[in-house]
Amino acid sequence: MASTAETPALAGAPSPRSNRDVVEQNLARRHRNEAIFRFTGLGAILVGIALVGVLFGSILIKGVPAFTQATMTLEVDFDPEIINIPERPVLQASQSVAEYEQALLSWRRRLAFVNWNKVIQASLAKVLPAAADNARDAAGMIASGERIKLRDMVEADPSIVGTTQAVSLVAAANVDVWLKGNIDRTLPQHMQQLSKLQQEWSDELYQRGVISMAFSTALFTNVDSRSSPATAGLLGAIVGSVMMMLIVLVVAVPIGVMAAIYLEEFAPKNRLTDLIEVNINNLAAVPSIVFGLLGAAVFINFLGLPLSAPIVGGLVLSLMTLPTVIIASRASLRAVPPSIRQAALGVGASPMQAMFHHTLPLAVPGMLTGAIIGVAQALGETAPLLLIGMNAFVASVPSTPMEQSSALPVQIYLWQGNELRNFFEARTSAAIIVLLAVMITLNALAIFLRNRFERRW
Amino acid sequence: MSAVAAEASTGRYETIRIADPVARPTKIAAKEVYVHYGAKEALHHVSIDIPAQAVTAFIGPSGCGKSTFLRCFNRMNDTIENCRVDGVLDMEGEDLNDHSLDVVLLRARVGMVFQKPNPFPKSIFENIAYGPRIHGVAQDKAHLQEIVETSLKKAGLWEEVKDRLNEPGTGLSGGQQQRLCIARAIAVSPEVILMDEPCSALDPIATAKVEELIGELRQNYTIIIVTHSMSQAQRVSQRTAYFHLGYLVEEGPTESIFNNPQEKRTKDYITGVFG
Ligand SMILES: Nc1ncnc2c1ncn2[C@@H]1O[C@H](COP(=O)(O)OP(=O)(O)OP(=O)(O)O)[C@@H](O)[C@H]1O
Ligand SMILES: [Mg+2]
Repeated sequence: MASTAETPALAGAPSPRSNRDVVEQNLARRHRNEAIFRFTGLGAILVGIALVGVLFGSILIKGVPAFTQATMTLEVDFDPEIINIPERPVLQASQSVAEYEQALLSWRRRLAFVNWNKVIQASLAKVLPAAADNARDAAGMIASGERIKLRDMVEADPSIVGTTQAVSLVAAANVDVWLKGNIDRTLPQHMQQLSKLQQEWSDELYQRGVISMAFSTALFTNVDSRSSPATAGLLGAIVGSVMMMLIVLVVAVPIGVMAAIYLEEFAPKNRLTDLIEVNINNLAAVPSIVFGLLGAAVFINFLGLPLSAPIVGGLVLSLMTLPTVIIASRASLRAVPPSIRQAALGVGASPMQAMFHHTLPLAVPGMLTGAIIGVAQALGETAPLLLIGMNAFVASVPSTPMEQSSALPVQIYLWQGNELRNFFEARTSAAIIVLLAVMITLNALAIFLRNRFERRW
Repeated sequence: MSAVAAEASTGRYETIRIADPVARPTKIAAKEVYVHYGAKEALHHVSIDIPAQAVTAFIGPSGCGKSTFLRCFNRMNDTIENCRVDGVLDMEGEDLNDHSLDVVLLRARVGMVFQKPNPFPKSIFENIAYGPRIHGVAQDKAHLQEIVETSLKKAGLWEEVKDRLNEPGTGLSGGQQQRLCIARAIAVSPEVILMDEPCSALDPIATAKVEELIGELRQNYTIIIVTHSMSQAQRVSQRTAYFHLGYLVEEGPTESIFNNPQEKRTKDYITGVFG
């Protein structure tokens, strides 16, 4: 403007020229600060990535070898001399069903009492003649749980008695440890878990290819076992965890979402709702072990639900997840622009219609993310499960949530404490990998759903 | 007695009212409307007759209570925490402020267009069809399609969007979005349409289109518009009400308010001395 020159300068106000100098003077410092801030931030992220890298790296390095396991492929003679059992009973016309089942049961019992170690010893002797004279050493080469595999084969098809079948049998845990180098071979013999003979056999069979490292299906198809560590698996724990996750999904998510909708849209704003809000936020910060105590007191002592059961675990984890779900759901409801709600109300939608037709669909991606992250957290939670007895050793797959069961994180905890360290260290890491894989899948699903349903406005 | 003198003697401001040269039937008569936000009184004893089939403009400086008053007509103030409305809003014998009145029905009769275009993040068709659908107005699909088409035609948007009814309403330009919102309001066949600064987010060309539309809609609807543009009030409205600090200062035929304001505050505002 032309008048600028005539306007008297304000007292103390710098002239435009010197103002430029002042700004310029500070410029270097400002840029330096910015650079420092940027590098600090970058450094923080790099440290974080490095730590995560170390964590994942160590787990992967330890755990991945456990997915393969020393497995022996043997020509097993189903010798009728040893497997000395009658024909499998068939239902006779003269028999009642009860009688038939009685007969079948006693046939099964006889099958179970067959000296399967002898069958294995004989098969082993075909590749290792010395095994014929060393029953104990021979039996110790194969995971003891594998006897059941042979029994099951005969039970499924009794006609294989008298024939020779190629069967792959998981080697004993100690053989696996020896071959993978998880035990110091220079240790004196009295500190070794395999006998001298077994050590030689292992090496020899490995060289001859009778023992090979095969994928450990047992890890996924078997339950935990203490007598046969080599065939101990995660099936029971996986099923237990899945059941608990489903319970959390069914219990915590609907309750949490409804609570969030009510609090956000319909609740009168008064002291009581303020109090509820504060307490929900507090609950989110309550240590999870406290929820375990609560679960033990309420669900087990008061309601009389069974110990170690997924139903109790699921309910406890639901309680724990509820605040997360409520908070995430409220946040995503609040993130929906109020103008959308006003528009709906403006054309005469009732508050409920405005909610369910407009606000909620827009909030769903955020809610899903919250719910899935809550469920993923619940999946990895261990402490509350210890308090409701889920750290019990359970060697069965639960068929209902009322039955005893293990859970993945608890199984990790149990294996971590197993006395057969050499073997279970890798097994534990493998279980952690399985758990992490499930979690990463869940999180990926959350991201996918969010991107899928996200809408612009 | 002048208004100022009356205010001084009774502590109560009396609105200056100028009648229309030709009497119009009254659609809504607001009597002694007070609005409180918590303890704060935002509107003081506002009384005004809203004529049918005409455009009434609310003008006044920012914060004087225009939007607050406008929201009384469709009870949108109910959705605001702490907001209390007292008084009577008589629409053809029914008190809109009577809490036994169903707001859903009311909002089907009194539509609203907001300051910022706020189409639903759905298709253009769904935007218009939503109102008729929830009110169960449309008998069948063909009828619904017909409603959508006529609403869009009335809003002057049909030619521009007829080939992309299934595209999102949020993909339209600002001016088109606002006309979509007007079409959405029309679709439920309201008797009254409230507009709160409907053109403040639009460019002059889009504004001209919306103003033209308001002029056409006036034939069939009662319209109340809040605006900050003096020229817009003059162009579109038949009656104007000037608000100041929660008081209705002066109301009368638009021409008379702009050409011959009675109150100094009105005059200062419309001549741009303040506000
Ligand atoms: N939700 C609210 N809570 C509390 N006070 C409010 C609320 N909305 C409006 N007010 C107050 O009520 C008074 C009138 O506000 P209103 O929004 O009606 O003004 P306005 O005339 O529409 O202003 P503008 O022209 O800026 O839109 C103002 O003093 C405002 O601060
Ligand atoms: Mg306003």
